[in-house]
Amino acid sequence: MQALTAETRHPVTIILNGQRRSGYAHPRMLLSDFLRHELGAHGTRVGCEHGVCGACTIRIDGVAQRACLTLAVQADNRRVDTVEGLAKEGRMTALQEAFNRHHALQCGFCTAGILMSLSDYLERVPKPSEAELRDMLSGHLCRCTGYAGIVRAVMDVTGQLRETPHV
Amino acid sequence: MKPAPFDYLRPASLSEALAALASGGDEARILAGGQSLMPMLNMRLVQPRLLIDLSLLDELRSLEARDGWLTVGAAVTQAELMARPTLAEEVPLLAAALPWIGHFQTRNRGTVCGSIAHADPSAELPLCLVALGGEVMLRSARKRRSLPAAAFFLGPLTTAKEADEIIEAVRFPLRKAETGHAFREVAMRHGDFAITACAAIADRNGLRLAVGGVADRPIARDWPLLAGAELDEALNAFAWDLGGDDDQHATARYRRSLVRRIGRTAIEEALACRP
Repeated sequence: MQALTAETRHPVTIILNGQRRSGYAHPRMLLSDFLRHELGAHGTRVGCEHGVCGACTIRIDGVAQRACLTLAVQADNRRVDTVEGLAKEGRMTALQEAFNRHHALQCGFCTAGILMSLSDYLERVPKPSEAELRDMLSGHLCRCTGYAGIVRAVMDVTGQLRETPHV
Repeated sequence: MKPAPFDYLRPASLSEALAALASGGDEARILAGGQSLMPMLNMRLVQPRLLIDLSLLDELRSLEARDGWLTVGAAVTQAELMARPTLAEEVPLLAAALPWIGHFQTRNRGTVCGSIAHADPSAELPLCLVALGGEVMLRSARKRRSLPAAAFFLGPLTTAKEADEIIEAVRFPLRKAETGHAFREVAMRHGDFAITACAAIADRNGLRLAVGGVADRPIARDWPLLAGAELDEALNAFAWDLGGDDDQHATARYRRSLVRRIGRTAIEEALACRP
């Protein structure tokens, strides 16, 4: 049994994008705040803090979920992947390149969460239909793009884009 | 939007969790997937002194079909149930309803039993449990008991679960021969809370319609095989009996209209898909 008292900051170690990172957290500290304030990993955005907007979506042990609905102490000794881990050696992934090409982001606030959802989702559903994809995207709010560019980017990277992209 | 302070306990076994809950009483809350509880903590709508985290307890991860029931342990997520390849044959209503619950990202963590413990009147899983006549299996340090769904849900976010009890599992009856099932829901956007949701079950002798989002809990009603104007009349009477209220999402009148409209559609679909 692990019992952590409210008033104490407890050591928490996660495998963040393949690297062991440690910090301290009160039990009430959200994983989103632990990543940003304790580890300085600012790629994960914080929006609504009640699981609706999707900006803080990350992967824990590979599964996309809300960092704002997870306690930092729950992530102890687990693998956490965030947007910073996508690009390898300064090269963006094919999905990130497609986002760039298709204007799938403008302000970028929602983008980190959407990329992390997609990185899990496309492993499970490699060629989603547009309806399936839009259903998955319903877990994210984007107020800039109207989602059209995001859908086109995913269709492109999954080899399903039929029309010529708008220039 | 940060939770008030609490102690956090990760028990190594269910018996440790039950002992902690027995001594924590009203001040303790069970945390499983956290997709309902964590928003309430963040908004400080609840401020427990102690959180007991069941999410990593292997003994609550069972998911099995046996003796006429599909039993779902307390740590099984909605996504894990949805990914079960045999679900559409075992409990077709669940297979139809699960995609309506929240979003991909919340189903990945939210548990089946957690949604039932939360008892939101518009939630899909309590509705399915009532529609199918499922059971809630409760356990405390003192005893084990199981309650039929209709006796478990008492009102909005209110259940017959006592302060020292944990939902150990819920069980849904496996599909009976010659039954058809359908699920329909209207929400502002896909994944939002349902304004009205309907689950219909039809066999060769009769119909059952269960409605969520209108009354203070999901309610089921049984009819013989009605059709045409008789079915309209029955749906209208049911819609009025449910007694929904106006709120920020919809008027009571609109909810009655939805019961008549999507209730009928769900019944027709259930009739049509009987094998």
